[in-house]
Amino acid sequence: MNKARLFILCAAISVVTVAVAQSPSYKLGRPASAEEIRQRDISVAPDGSGLPVGRGTVTQGRHEYQMLCANCHGDRGQGMLQYPALVGGQGTLESKNPVKTVGSYWPYATTVWDFIHRTMPYARPGSLTPDETYAVTAFILYLNGIVDEKTELNEATLPRVKMPNRDGFVGDPRPDVPTRKVDR
Amino acid sequence: MKRRGLTRRAFLTTASATLGAAAIPQVGFPQELGAPRRAYGERSPFEKSVRFFPESITPASSYSRTPLQDLFGIITPSALHYEVHHSGVPEIDPRLHEVMIHGLVDRPLIFTMDDLHRLPSVSRIHFLECAGNSGGEQIGRPAMNPQRSHGLLSCSEWTGVPLRTLFEQVGLKPSAKWIVAEGADAGRLARSIPLEKALDDVLVAFGQNGEALRPEQGYPVRLVVPGWEGNVNIKWLGRVHVVDQPYMTAYETGHYTDLMPDGKARQFTFVMEAKSVITRPAGGQELPGPGFYEITGLAWSGRGRITKAEVSTDGGKSWQDAQLNEPILPKAVTRFRFPWWWDGKETSLQSRCTDESGYLQPTREELVAVRGLNANDHYNGIKAWYIHKDGKVTHEQG
Repeated sequence: MNKARLFILCAAISVVTVAVAQSPSYKLGRPASAEEIRQRDISVAPDGSGLPVGRGTVTQGRHEYQMLCANCHGDRGQGMLQYPALVGGQGTLESKNPVKTVGSYWPYATTVWDFIHRTMPYARPGSLTPDETYAVTAFILYLNGIVDEKTELNEATLPRVKMPNRDGFVGDPRPDVPTRKVDR
Repeated sequence: MKRRGLTRRAFLTTASATLGAAAIPQVGFPQELGAPRRAYGERSPFEKSVRFFPESITPASSYSRTPLQDLFGIITPSALHYEVHHSGVPEIDPRLHEVMIHGLVDRPLIFTMDDLHRLPSVSRIHFLECAGNSGGEQIGRPAMNPQRSHGLLSCSEWTGVPLRTLFEQVGLKPSAKWIVAEGADAGRLARSIPLEKALDDVLVAFGQNGEALRPEQGYPVRLVVPGWEGNVNIKWLGRVHVVDQPYMTAYETGHYTDLMPDGKARQFTFVMEAKSVITRPAGGQELPGPGFYEITGLAWSGRGRITKAEVSTDGGKSWQDAQLNEPILPKAVTRFRFPWWWDGKETSLQSRCTDESGYLQPTREELVAVRGLNANDHYNGIKAWYIHKDGKVTHEQG
């Protein structure tokens, strides 16, 4: 490439860059500080990014669960009334009566942690510490036979837990009913 | 006549008058002064139509349904907009509320409500529909009236700032692919949305039908994600996290996914496909006798405009075009009308619609053949109302 062409190419690239940079800026909103982001960001990804440092064992979780969860979900996660079962249903998803629980249906252990951390206990959402959340998650996975009794979960081990229905999801194939012209 | 409800009663009264079967109502002029002014208007005390909700031991995690059979036009009064909450309705002081946008951006920013109100805004009419709306129909439990069958549907004029405008303020990094939008409710409900949609037509809305959002609809600010399942239209928006992958939150894995007969579940089935329902005459109503009735109902599609609505008055054997009332807007409810003379015989009334993508609303049988009976979200089959010889309209064949 000769120098003239290189110059034209560079000029073209700079025009594009300028065009993006010049999209309207209204100078509204204030910068979010690293501390503000740290305080508000509770997102947890399936690869574990966002998980806070912490740990909890099945044994600790058994204790937390009986205090905080069993009242609604039952002492063995069997569920009650509108409070969903947390245990069971593995092998039923193809049947006429599929039982969708954390154990049989949810594809990621990080989702279990995130949901408990955000929304549980029902009447006091967001009140569990990271350690308590790791412990309760460990106990619920233990009840489902997904981890053994000696397990301790932390920010490194939780994303590595393979859930039984990890490969049970597909994308959206719709429209899935043959589209036909309206016959007149 | 004590009540002049503009609902089923008016429908029947008009019908009776047409037949000359009703007594002439007493018309009187008031003998005393009327009521004085009031600062915030309310409807006539004769109007009783309300949202419906079942008893629940967890009322903060439940729903209410819009009385579609009582509405005119396409706009749902804000007080009758359907609700679904998973952790209750928070009471948020707008002076303290902020929306933070962070993650894969050049300049993470925090916007106050004043900031949002100062940015250029647009107003658009869009429907919102719960993924589970009319799901009982799929699994063979048809509901008794339009409110019970299709009432997790509403349509409003939403005013707000395009999310794209906010992204222009923070600057997106090339690795940005998805967003996680999060509510400021007790459960901080979060959903992943592809960036392509977020940049297309998503609004950060603070206005609903000309006034501020109702608390149940996300006051002071929410996402409106046109045409997509209600759950992603995050209410009480507090945070938008720009990320490189879907975060697989509980409401996009354990819930709002569609389990197919082979045991696999469809995920990220966002679009609400073309659907319609006749709202009058419909289940729970009664025709006083043979004669003229205008059939009316609603049609909508998450893929764009409704191009055709058809009505069958012979149990689905033949279909005729209904008239579409203006305005016909993309991803909004469209009202259709069809003139009908009832001959007094048993029959059923059905509607189906076509959207601008060419998609025709399918029958229940067509959907069940593909999707089975283990899922009941995102169902959009044709709904029938049965006219009985005595004029009663029900959801069940005679």
